[in-house]
Amino acid sequence: MTGDRLLAVRSVTKRFGGFVALDEVSLDVAAGERFGLIGPNGSGKTTLINCISGTLANDSGEIVFKGTVLDGRKPHDRTRLGISRSFQIPKPFRSMTVLENLGIALEYASGAGPREVEDRGMTILETIGLADRATENSGKLTQIDMRKLELARAMATEPELLISDEAMAGLSSTEVDDILEILFRMNERGITIIMIEHIMRAVMRFSERIVVLDAGRKIAEGKPDEIVHDPEVERAYLGE
Amino acid sequence: MRLDAFHVTAVVIALLGAAITIFDLLPINKFYFFAGYVVLQYVVLATAWNIMGGYMGYVNFGTAGFFAVGAYTSVVLYNLMKAPLLLMIPVAGVVCALLGLGMGYLTLRLRGVFFAIATLAMAIVLETLVVNWDYVGGATGAYILRAREIAPFGDYVEFLFFVMLLLAIFAVAVARWIGRSKTGRGFAAIRDDEVAAECAGVPTLRLKLIATTVSGFLMGVAGAPFVLYVGFVEPSSAFNLVYAVNSIAMPMIGGATTWVGPLIGALLLGSVQQIATVTISSELNLLIVGVLLVFFVIAAPEGIVGLVRKWRGGGR
Repeated sequence: MTGDRLLAVRSVTKRFGGFVALDEVSLDVAAGERFGLIGPNGSGKTTLINCISGTLANDSGEIVFKGTVLDGRKPHDRTRLGISRSFQIPKPFRSMTVLENLGIALEYASGAGPREVEDRGMTILETIGLADRATENSGKLTQIDMRKLELARAMATEPELLISDEAMAGLSSTEVDDILEILFRMNERGITIIMIEHIMRAVMRFSERIVVLDAGRKIAEGKPDEIVHDPEVERAYLGE
Repeated sequence: MRLDAFHVTAVVIALLGAAITIFDLLPINKFYFFAGYVVLQYVVLATAWNIMGGYMGYVNFGTAGFFAVGAYTSVVLYNLMKAPLLLMIPVAGVVCALLGLGMGYLTLRLRGVFFAIATLAMAIVLETLVVNWDYVGGATGAYILRAREIAPFGDYVEFLFFVMLLLAIFAVAVARWIGRSKTGRGFAAIRDDEVAAECAGVPTLRLKLIATTVSGFLMGVAGAPFVLYVGFVEPSSAFNLVYAVNSIAMPMIGGATTWVGPLIGALLLGSVQQIATVTISSELNLLIVGVLLVFFVIAAPEGIVGLVRKWRGGGR
């Protein structure tokens, strides 16, 4: 770990009926860290970040962010505390322009007044590379631009922790590099990033530390080069 | 709040209304006030519905329930203390605001069609309660004797017309103000994607309760003078499904995402219905609503406002 502990997940369990989606998962994320979360399909990655962002409630265990216990807090409250996420399947506010999408986050999460929205929104769009799309209808964007909008809107909440949920799935390799660069830039500005990704090339390059989930359990944790040689991880991905 | 063309127009219309009703500026047949009242009442109902249904995407099928509770609040106040109309209106508004708040709490987990069914069910439950409540006349209904004339308006219907005109202006002004506020932008975010809205920091539960409360208040206000208008109220007329259907159809036809839509829709559809009632038959009303609704859903899903935007070419 490189800095102070920002997020602590302690023995978090989540069940859907009889199915255990998360089984006593614990992990720590340090402030400023680039953290990778990987695992096969159905291993519980998205469930875990739903529990962190508050769209699902964990059945047991606790999640602590900057010393505050999050359990019982609503997602919008957690967003204001500094946790932001992007969605695997982009969820733009389709009746709004790209800039208006950011406006919602700026007004509600970062407390911007209506007059500051445009300036602050445009600044973010410029960093993300969406400035020329600002007045376009967000529902009509291309896939790559929708992914960028997800990240831009997450940025607009002024997060300390950004959770990127498969922001690169289905993109071409140059587009993947595009998104990677954006995430690196965010991290340089001091935002801690949890990256969930199936594209190994991207996770391995990006992450300083990786946790591997399989069937709801944490099976490995370490630096990228340690993870790739971990026999448990090989088994999870390739079978016996 | 800064004054602009809208506020000037609103004041001018109110003054015109006063001039016509108080000073009998134009030689207008009394029937037009009678019919105009109904149209204006629909402006209030459609605008109220739209705050929840259009801005936020939560389809309320219970308009008739709110409207009737507003009307019956007036009956109770009349029975209790012969209360004047100007007391009935705010009390009915508050009662229906609380009803809206309660409905919001009970249905907050429901979305889409399930929410719509719950609101319809609420209206039916309320109707059953009223049918079995003797104090307000039960199934047989209740009479209210209203004055034939009232100063300075002269005819009482002209007075009611003027009151409803002010309520319509008030409702439209509230809807417009909300639509342009941070709250209105939050409503739109909820309509587009509730989970994404919540994760962008929008307190979705609180905003939903604001919407149900404000919408309920305005619907109750629209129902309060109803008893004085008809002189006799019974459950099947106050809880008539027509209110629910019209208050959905009017914003749909006008365009549901702005405050202008329900205003245009109510003026248009309300007038057509009044004309049809006189010239053809009152039974034909719902058919007209149905045909227009089908037409607009297919040809102009964003209503008249959407069509105009498209023609201007600046549409988005």
